[in-house]
Amino acid sequence: MIPTHYYLFLGAALFTIGVVGVLTRRNIIVILMSIELILNAVNINLVAFSRYFQAVDGQVFAIFVITDAAAEAAVGLGLIIALFRNKETVNADEIDLLKW
Amino acid sequence: MAPLFYIFAVLAILAALSVVLQRTPVYSALSLIVVLCSLAVVYLLLGAEFLAVIQVIIYAGAIMVLFVLVIMLLNARQETPSDRSRLARWLGAPLLLVFLGELLFAVWERFPAATTRAAALPDAGPRAVGALLFRSYVLPFEVTSILILVAVLGAVVLAKKRL
Repeated sequence: MIPTHYYLFLGAALFTIGVVGVLTRRNIIVILMSIELILNAVNINLVAFSRYFQAVDGQVFAIFVITDAAAEAAVGLGLIIALFRNKETVNADEIDLLKW
Repeated sequence: MAPLFYIFAVLAILAALSVVLQRTPVYSALSLIVVLCSLAVVYLLLGAEFLAVIQVIIYAGAIMVLFVLVIMLLNARQETPSDRSRLARWLGAPLLLVFLGELLFAVWERFPAATTRAAALPDAGPRAVGALLFRSYVLPFEVTSILILVAVLGAVVLAKKRL
């Protein structure tokens, strides 16, 4: 039987990798994918605690998180398409209209 | 059962690193699919069968198809790394390791190995999840449906050329 904290370690590692992706990548699509990594790290924690506390509630919350990830992907990709139509770029550092 | 967890946990972490380090967005997307599928196996090991199936169908299926579609649509090529900040490279990586170590230490301190409860969930099939979802959590469920509606409207409004 795998102890619960191993799952939490996996979640922490995925979260950190996701944060690195959000901070270091220039492509907005890859930044969105890194956010998906972070959401998955949250899901692992929810399901691991769901087993730890012997309650199914954590899994229900994980389903809500997946639903939100779907909504976020739809809106985020719509934003990216709108941006690309106006600026002809997908690099986050070239979209600097509000930068002084 | 234990080796299965280690195999897929390591696979998930390696694929996640590949998501972040690949220069071509399509390779990142394919690595993300590997991450999602190995996490589905991890959910199976945790006794969350329904969530594992949902993970493969919704996440690795629907959401990733959307990502790959947009990558193809925008013709996103290899990205060139920007050499803007040397400080970020020399200060960021150690700070990142400190952050990860802090997270792991916090988890380790709160969860000593001795206190881990052993048994898997007695009943966590679709029946139990559905009963909880449609009884205790029916209001959040309905609110989520409104959220999805708003997201669909928002995506159409944003992506359409002129309404």
